[in-house]
Amino acid sequence: MSELAASPFMAWLLANPLLGPLVEFGFMRSALIGCVALSLSAAPVGVFLMLRRMSLMGDAMAHAILPGAAIGYLVAGLSLTAMTIGGVFAGLAVAVGSGLVSRNTVLREDTSLAAFYLLSLALGVLIVSVRGNSVDLLHVLFGTVLALDDSALLLLGGICAVTLTALALLYRPLVLECMDPGFLRQVSRWSPVAHYGFLGLLVINLVAGFHALGTLMAVGIMVLPAATARFWVRRLGPLLLLATGLALAASLIGLLLSYHADLPTSPTIVLTLGASYLLSLLFAPHGALRNRRPAASHLQA
Amino acid sequence: MKKPQTLQTRGGTAAIELRNLTLGYERHPAVHHVSLRIEPGSLVALVGPNGAGKSTLIKALVGELHPLSGDLIGLSGKRIAWLPQHNGLDPSFPMDVHSMVCMGLWHRVGALGRFTAEHRNLCDQALAAVGLTGFESRGLDTLSGGQLQRALFARLILQDAPVVLLDEPFAAVDNRTSADLLNLLHQWQAQGKTVIVVLHDLAQIREHFPLTLLLARELVAFGPTAEVLTEANWARAQRMREPFDDHAPACEASPAAPAQMHEHSHEHTHPQTHKHATSEALP
Repeated sequence: MSELAASPFMAWLLANPLLGPLVEFGFMRSALIGCVALSLSAAPVGVFLMLRRMSLMGDAMAHAILPGAAIGYLVAGLSLTAMTIGGVFAGLAVAVGSGLVSRNTVLREDTSLAAFYLLSLALGVLIVSVRGNSVDLLHVLFGTVLALDDSALLLLGGICAVTLTALALLYRPLVLECMDPGFLRQVSRWSPVAHYGFLGLLVINLVAGFHALGTLMAVGIMVLPAATARFWVRRLGPLLLLATGLALAASLIGLLLSYHADLPTSPTIVLTLGASYLLSLLFAPHGALRNRRPAASHLQA
Repeated sequence: MKKPQTLQTRGGTAAIELRNLTLGYERHPAVHHVSLRIEPGSLVALVGPNGAGKSTLIKALVGELHPLSGDLIGLSGKRIAWLPQHNGLDPSFPMDVHSMVCMGLWHRVGALGRFTAEHRNLCDQALAAVGLTGFESRGLDTLSGGQLQRALFARLILQDAPVVLLDEPFAAVDNRTSADLLNLLHQWQAQGKTVIVVLHDLAQIREHFPLTLLLARELVAFGPTAEVLTEANWARAQRMREPFDDHAPACEASPAAPAQMHEHSHEHTHPQTHKHATSEALP
């Protein structure tokens, strides 16, 4: 970092009252890097989550991860590895379990996922209330974006790389699985790969999210940029780019806002995303007023 | 491994054969002891009253439903293009017509292959064949019901499968569109494809379909359309009892042995398919 700090650009940044803290303080730098990694991977996942009509299931899945992380915490204390493994394991168990039920029984995906996440959550609450310390668990719920150490950053970066690679490989099957799942099953055997692969990506991104933003807030950085971008663009490519851009911008703005106004970071980032959502809802071309505005003129054909 | 296939060999390897086929749900037969043989290159209308088992038969032909008993021969390893009655396409998905139709080339590009200029050309030709030239960059959400159905037919063209199954493809389509699409069916038949279509419009069937399969849970008749669509046959089909009877006794004709299921796992078909499957089915 020292040679970076010596560059004229960094010197300018350091002198900038708005952006200065990002350069001056290591914890702000780490927080920014963590948020960038999370935005790059979670926002595209959120777009597919929205297109699969599973936005609320992201929230359910976030609950499903909690008990795994809590068990990891009980076994090994505030250990990144233990909580990550616990969270991923619990999330995948719920994803695979509900996937099997919805694909082989009369229950639809939403109901089977709800059943499994409630089981998982109840188990988590039981474990925590019998053995745990609720004060420390706040860390799991609301994250520690301002206390990300190098191993947490490494984890976030790794998850980001895995997610982007997997999305590139799964892109076409995943698009078809969202758009016309029956057709995908007709022409190939990729349907279960796309389905479970995507749920796997969802789980690791939620785990990544709870280190940075907390379990519950992690869903926000998935769902809100995707929903906001949908108000503006009508094709998948631009949707993915715009959602990612919005997540990056909101992370930066939220981080700086929380520093300068001395607000808790995770809610500030999510509220920044929320503000962009509400503004887009009102003013974007495909927002709430799209059919209310009289067109200045209409075309001949 | 794959040899270049001509139209003759592609369509002409094996007939579709149903041998004493019974299909159903929870032991209730929806298609009961049906035996028939559909030669390759046939254009068949599948008709019958509501609940006659038409869609059930289609599901079994594509391999989504396993027979309760009997055999289904001649489809293993064949690519089947299929348009279900209620297709699962999400028209609100943010994608343009061209990209959606291009997915019909999956058998050539797979999950990871790139679309080449040749592929895009084929896609343009398919769109032209269904009269959707100019709609390439329109979003799916801007299409009318009939236009969407045309786009789905364009995707079927690109699938270029030797067997094509359509379940009520003209249900929400105006006369001109259905005339265009029927024309397409004749072209497919001329190319040696086997085409089976579930339909309700008897006049349309008489005019366009050489063969008709009249189903009313049991097989009422199968053969040249004029011989099948008679008053007597139609009256027999209408007498079918629609609700399932929970207290019906077990059907005596059904064998005790579990059904032989037809498989889609073989990459290639071979002339011995029939014997092969039969010998497996026999105890």
